[in-house]
Amino acid sequence: MFTSNPFAELSTWISPSLMQAYVIVMIIMVAAGTIIDVLHKKSAKYFSENMRKSKALGTKEVGGGEMVSIAIKTAIVDVAASGEFCDQRRRITHLLTMYGFVLFAATTAIMIFGYIGSTTPAILPLLWHAGALMLCVGGYWFWFFIRVDVAAEGNAWYRVIRADLFILSLLATATFGLIWSALQAAGVAVWSALFFFLFIFASTVLFGGVLWSKFAHMFFFNDTATTEIYTEADGSRDGLPEPADQPEQFGPGIKRLAPKNY
Amino acid sequence: MPTFVYMTRCDGCGECVDICPSDIMHIDPVTRRAYNIEPNMCWECYSCVKACPQNAIDVRGYADFAPLGHSVRVLREEEKGTISWRIKFRDGREKNFVSPICTEKWGEKIEDLATLPVPDEEALNSELLCYEPDVLGYAGGLRKLPGKFKQGVYY
Repeated sequence: MFTSNPFAELSTWISPSLMQAYVIVMIIMVAAGTIIDVLHKKSAKYFSENMRKSKALGTKEVGGGEMVSIAIKTAIVDVAASGEFCDQRRRITHLLTMYGFVLFAATTAIMIFGYIGSTTPAILPLLWHAGALMLCVGGYWFWFFIRVDVAAEGNAWYRVIRADLFILSLLATATFGLIWSALQAAGVAVWSALFFFLFIFASTVLFGGVLWSKFAHMFFFNDTATTEIYTEADGSRDGLPEPADQPEQFGPGIKRLAPKNY
Repeated sequence: MPTFVYMTRCDGCGECVDICPSDIMHIDPVTRRAYNIEPNMCWECYSCVKACPQNAIDVRGYADFAPLGHSVRVLREEEKGTISWRIKFRDGREKNFVSPICTEKWGEKIEDLATLPVPDEEALNSELLCYEPDVLGYAGGLRKLPGKFKQGVYY
């Protein structure tokens, strides 16, 4: 199961060109959803105005070299290592789901476009399954234990709100994908077909629902992180006071307490 | 002045939701970021402002007496035991304050209420808080106010 390309076997009853067309349509839907989201929420305008305000309040000029260093710092600390999360459990679940999704999506595209008619290197399906498993571990951990409206507001884990569209469709895609692959490997044709259709339905909701879900956060987040670091560099500090001139003589205080007093 | 959240700075950790004594800091069902659901019910205790690890919560006055253009920003540094405030007025003036948030080490000097015995029936029905006055550091009843009030602030 873990070393066989599930899409290669699927090509016996769905043509490779149809699979490739589906992937292209999903990419177009994500791009279109993100662009409409940017226009609708005026996100680009908001971030550019924020940057302009920060420049006006700044006490020093940020040079080209410093801008490059800010970009690298944002890419490494905030994007690649999810450094913005203050809660380490949230950070771990975010890293698991983020890298799981990247592995899952990238290997899906590579296997569909490159290896349906030829022998698939074992590493690709292995990474596909690993990505789906990482998504499930991080996603279910987040869903049952870490969601703030469950942990901090005391709501039931099964209460679903619109903000859950992204995580639920993501989890459904990974879960149904894994079950479909397992059933296909076991040779159970009918159940395998059922879970394949559930997998396709979930992924269509995931990629087609960008406008209504939190999917676009992966594009906007970079702007937020860059703005924060930039305001540090130009001295405006986003209006925040300067750090106090006092020694660090106390413990982490309330930071050590999880917001879970319900 | 009630509080509001900069949605782009908030990471939805829930510290403000947990600490708000008025239970008006909630999680937005669309963006899963915190927001003040009812600013006119805000006690203005600023617990959420101080608790926010992302410094995402600011305060603003009602537009009738404090038109937009000012800002009140807070930086809480627990390891230093300080909380710093930067107040910017609409005319460009700026005031900065640094105050202690705690003068004792966390977890050492502050009574751990969970380890105290459960109060008896009489204590539960009392108008005093749990283990008041001992736990609040005074004995012999409430402090007496001066006999006659005059304009100003009493400490």
